[in-house]
Amino acid sequence: MNRQTAPTSPRGIARLFRWGRGAEAPAAKRVQFDRPVTPWLFVLPQIAVVVIFFYWPSAQAVQSSFYIEDPFGFGATFVGFDNYRDTLKATEYRTIAGFTAFFAGIVTALSLSLGLLLAVKADKVIRSASAYKTLLISVYAIAPPVAALIGMMLFDLHIGPFTHFAALFGYDLRVGIDYWDTAFAMILIAVWKQIPYNFIFFLSGLQSVPVSVREAALIDARSGWRRFWDVTLPLLAPTTFFLLIINVTYALFDTFGIIDVIVKDKPANNPMTLVYKVYLDGFKGNDIGGSSAQSVILMVLVAVLTVAQFRYLERRVHYG
Amino acid sequence: MKIKLFDHLILTAGAVFLMTPVALAVMSSTHSAADIHMNALSILPGGHGVETYTKVLTQKGGFTGEVTGARMVLNSLALGVGFALGKITLSMMAAYALVYFRFRFATFLFWMIFTTLLLPLEVRIMPSYQVMSQLHLLNTYTGLIVPLLASATGTFYFRQFFKSVPDELLEAARIDGAGPVKFFIDILVPLSRTMMAAIFIIMFVYGWNQYLWPILMTTDERFFTLMRGIKSILQVWVGSQIPDYNEAFALAVLAMVPPVLVVVVFQRMFIKGLTESDK
Repeated sequence: MNRQTAPTSPRGIARLFRWGRGAEAPAAKRVQFDRPVTPWLFVLPQIAVVVIFFYWPSAQAVQSSFYIEDPFGFGATFVGFDNYRDTLKATEYRTIAGFTAFFAGIVTALSLSLGLLLAVKADKVIRSASAYKTLLISVYAIAPPVAALIGMMLFDLHIGPFTHFAALFGYDLRVGIDYWDTAFAMILIAVWKQIPYNFIFFLSGLQSVPVSVREAALIDARSGWRRFWDVTLPLLAPTTFFLLIINVTYALFDTFGIIDVIVKDKPANNPMTLVYKVYLDGFKGNDIGGSSAQSVILMVLVAVLTVAQFRYLERRVHYG
Repeated sequence: MKIKLFDHLILTAGAVFLMTPVALAVMSSTHSAADIHMNALSILPGGHGVETYTKVLTQKGGFTGEVTGARMVLNSLALGVGFALGKITLSMMAAYALVYFRFRFATFLFWMIFTTLLLPLEVRIMPSYQVMSQLHLLNTYTGLIVPLLASATGTFYFRQFFKSVPDELLEAARIDGAGPVKFFIDILVPLSRTMMAAIFIIMFVYGWNQYLWPILMTTDERFFTLMRGIKSILQVWVGSQIPDYNEAFALAVLAMVPPVLVVVVFQRMFIKGLTESDK
């Protein structure tokens, strides 16, 4: 079968991990330069930036997580794992962790399935597909906080069309006041913002399916639904797998702007994600040790999640 | 052919769902605040567009005290362009070293760079702020742009691209006596033009749309980007009788027009860069 050329960076990353296990030689050219100094000059700027702005802060996070900083700036006291214990024991933290999982799950599921649905339909009506593509890609370019600002106007208590609409059914929609109403707005805005991204990837995945395969499928499976399950979806597996990780990452981290615009630094009775909690505790609460401990917990979580996903899913995904 | 009415119906519904909020924002920004307050959002253009945008762009203190919208546009532009150019330069050079050279510690450096893909900025908010403050980089353009370069996405793209460049090119260049610097500048860079353009577009949009980092880095309004300005509006907002809905919308429109334009105009290149990074 023809090599599927669509979204393939997951393959690159998967290869990275395979290579890490020694299964594949590093990205070597047959011919390479053999100079002792030149490569260092080329790689040094990037290394410098990475060390100063990635490794140093990361190390600092680990270090601060074992200390309690004096609020008046008189040094710090080593407290071992106290910050971690306090963090994990707190009911509030657990509630937020629960909401984060729920939020990430539902945002990923909705934006993936809606993106796929639109892509499959757009792929069928080839003639206008590019018009839809243009339309959707423009939404992709809008920043999360801008999306949230517009979204919050739609949910505004005085002028919001959604609020008026809910009122027609006798429901008092109070985004920013009621916990689940706010969560609903957050999810809707986050999904709205992410659909175009998934759409673009799914569509280019679909359009790279060779004509011969499409025709064969058309003969073998008459029902469109069967064709979708038996042919299209397996062919899209690498794309879906890649998007799954991207979407979970998006829901966990990139939604910061959305949540900040909605919550506005006032936790009150608002839902929020773990990342937002790190920000609030560190900047608004001045709890540097606690915030750092939360950072480290998140770092471990993200690293484990990424590696585990790649190792586990890599084996089950069929790369055409 | 079967009539694909149903398919079109779903697509139209999708398009309406995605575009209506944008249309409402654009149109409402041309109405007066009082008009919006009384008659809700509008899908039709109003008559106050020019004055609202003039006010947002030129008037100091309209929102934030001492910064004009125009200044924020320039700052966003600086962040977007600076970030994209920096990213292309750093990552092309690093990828070149990793792909085209045999040297000690190459594997180690490779992992050092690519580990950054695992941990997004959002998980090290507080320590990043502390480091920047120790380096006295708060409220500077350097502090706004350079730390964002510490991720490997660009390096990853270029590495994949360089690997797809035929080995014969290097062999031929060496026979002609070209050294590594000459090969890079005279052959590889011109060859990568399309790739560079695609990455520029992606990175420009990424830089322009940055939110968290400008919030951490800038307290001085002279360095505010549009995204940072949005946060300020929302803080001013609380407690006002008739919030300036129109101005908020105008700022939102200003913040979304450049990236949307860039992406739509260079659509082909953008999608290609986004989806075909691995060859």
